[in-house]
Amino acid sequence: MEAVVLLLLILPFTAALVSLRAPAAAAEAVTAIAGVTCFGLVLALVPEAAHHDLGYLSYLRIDAVSVVFLLATSFLYAAVAVYSIGYLAPSRRRGEAGFSRYSRQFYAGLNLFAWTMLAAPMMSNLALLWIAIEVTTVVSALLVAIENTDGAAEAAWKYILIASAGLGLALLATIFAYYAGAQVLGEHYDLSFAPLLQSGARLPHTPVRLAFVLAVVGFGTKMGLFPVHTWLPDAHSEAPTPVSALLSGSLLAVSFYAILRYYQVAAAALGPRFPRDVLLVFGIASLLLAALYLLDQRDVKRMLAYSSVEHMGILAIGVSFGAPIALAGVFLHVLAHAAAKGNAFMGAGVLVHKFGSKRISGISGGLDLLPWSGPLFGIAILALAAMPPFGIFRSEFEIVEGGFGASSNVAAAILIVLVTLAFFGLSVAASRMLVTPRRAGLAPGSAAALVRGEPSAWMVVPVVAGVAVLLVLGVHPPAELTGLLTRAVHQLGVGA
Amino acid sequence: MSSLAGAAAAVAAPSVYSGGSSVIALGVLLAEFGMFRQALLRDQVRLYAVQSGLISVLAILVAAVRHLPDLYVLAALSGALKVVIVPIVLRRLLRGIGRAGEDDPARGWTEIAGSGSLGLASTVLLAIAVAAFGFFAVSALHIRSAVLPPAALEISVSVALVAFILMIMRRDVASQAIGFLSLENGISLAALVVAAGLPLILEVAFLFDLLVAVVVLELLIRVHHGRAESLSTADLTSLRG
Repeated sequence: MEAVVLLLLILPFTAALVSLRAPAAAAEAVTAIAGVTCFGLVLALVPEAAHHDLGYLSYLRIDAVSVVFLLATSFLYAAVAVYSIGYLAPSRRRGEAGFSRYSRQFYAGLNLFAWTMLAAPMMSNLALLWIAIEVTTVVSALLVAIENTDGAAEAAWKYILIASAGLGLALLATIFAYYAGAQVLGEHYDLSFAPLLQSGARLPHTPVRLAFVLAVVGFGTKMGLFPVHTWLPDAHSEAPTPVSALLSGSLLAVSFYAILRYYQVAAAALGPRFPRDVLLVFGIASLLLAALYLLDQRDVKRMLAYSSVEHMGILAIGVSFGAPIALAGVFLHVLAHAAAKGNAFMGAGVLVHKFGSKRISGISGGLDLLPWSGPLFGIAILALAAMPPFGIFRSEFEIVEGGFGASSNVAAAILIVLVTLAFFGLSVAASRMLVTPRRAGLAPGSAAALVRGEPSAWMVVPVVAGVAVLLVLGVHPPAELTGLLTRAVHQLGVGA
Repeated sequence: MSSLAGAAAAVAAPSVYSGGSSVIALGVLLAEFGMFRQALLRDQVRLYAVQSGLISVLAILVAAVRHLPDLYVLAALSGALKVVIVPIVLRRLLRGIGRAGEDDPARGWTEIAGSGSLGLASTVLLAIAVAAFGFFAVSALHIRSAVLPPAALEISVSVALVAFILMIMRRDVASQAIGFLSLENGISLAALVVAAGLPLILEVAFLFDLLVAVVVLELLIRVHHGRAESLSTADLTSLRG
């Protein structure tokens, strides 16, 4: 297993170095191979992590909670690595000036981004976790800016400034966590996570409380929690589509992972009441904001970005319920959301490519024009809106069930109402893009001249894989995965 | 008797060490306020260097008095990075941008753009209120450190909050970036108080991370300047809703 873990850390980094030097064709092949291999490696970790924790070199520690997030990231890494081949193909065919430079930067950035997000959940140490997440910001800000348009420059600047300021608060949280740990474990405490958790009940309350709230606000900035989500729709809409998919499905989840670690410590030191209340407030506020914004979106990628805020709110609420079934739902939701949101972004990327517009009003008749991507995008939206038989239905069902079981009836009812509201927003916009017949002359020269057909098979294959994952998660999750989720729920300290 | 002793301790003059360290911490806060009144980015970079220098001096003081030899190394590295390298990077950036705008002096490329909604005096008043809030809120938490007097922690939180005001109120990318860097200085100060024993390797990793962030900030400032032909963020309004 040691080899698997080390390979996971070496492979994406090597792929990034190769992409920086190699010609475009080699870079895309290397990236696709690295992505798919990483997903395979993480799958190999699942049975192991379902039974015991793995720790190497004293800086790496992988438990069931980490593997859940590794699964989400590595799946999306594999999917977007394959998708990117089709995504960049038109520019290459046109032989655009500066394409080879762009593709070098794009692939090197993509691999580095995936590398940092795979590294973060493996860190055994809260300081290293913070560093890994800060590096994800830096790398992804460059990827947001890569299109070199006015919008991209604006989005990248807002993103790096807001996210860095948020991570500044998260650094304060890290420092207070050290202070709390040092009171019990001595001055030579090195911010390792495991001893901090073990000394749980003996930790001084005030610094832990402070650290937890700062961590929720700080890492919550990157997770997209209200009111510090403001960078998120901009960055998601202006980044290249493969990057948007990674941002939404993995980056937000990795930040949520960091909050979960602080939640564990806070729950051990203060009891679960306080951290759950904090998460409930942020979760409900995020869900409310996202549901309202989803009702009136004009840009398809911004719509999906607000849907990410919605789902991050659901995750926070799920943890706040605290019941084992709700926590199992939360972990399942991380996986299902990664697959569904990745699919939705990749499908939206095809629509945007086909119609040459990100505006929802500029896209119509998608089902007719795109024999594969049209229906697949529809499926992704239905999956995001928690329709059965897809994974998000199961996970949200478990979260709501946990909410009623833990007698958080009001919160669970609010959750249902707001999720339904979001469903309306998503489905109205999606049906407008997919089902409304094309009207010739509406957008002269574009819509009328479009012919039926897919731009690239490379852009369809990963989406089909995503649907398969959503079906598996929704209909019958494999026993290994259930074992992993059960152990993760246990580690999150039910009722501790 | 014991209450008498307690009262005596409360009014006793602070030791030279605790008084000196509080004065340095106060200097960091004053430098932060000084950034508000600078009209030129050049001067703001200089103030940032002074502020970073003060923190390195405080680290050396702590290292000498509390016998924490790691902190000497940290002070040297953080001084090299934040007093020398980062200001050089920022000045080179400003010079490059300035040269590009020389033919049009009216553009005011090195001038700082203040907030459109609040004047300087109101901004400083707001910053004072926020700093006072941070100071008293943290002192109410009673977080004690064996290394430095608690006033330093309270001041560090004030510095961080004032840095937020600076980032919010300024409307040009360069001073927003400096606002972020001085926020990091406030956190370094807090780290000296409550996390002086943090292993050196982690501190070095934090510094390395800061270096990477500075390089990327510089790159994005160049991208922004290349597109907008100014440092102002007044045009960054196309993405909303």
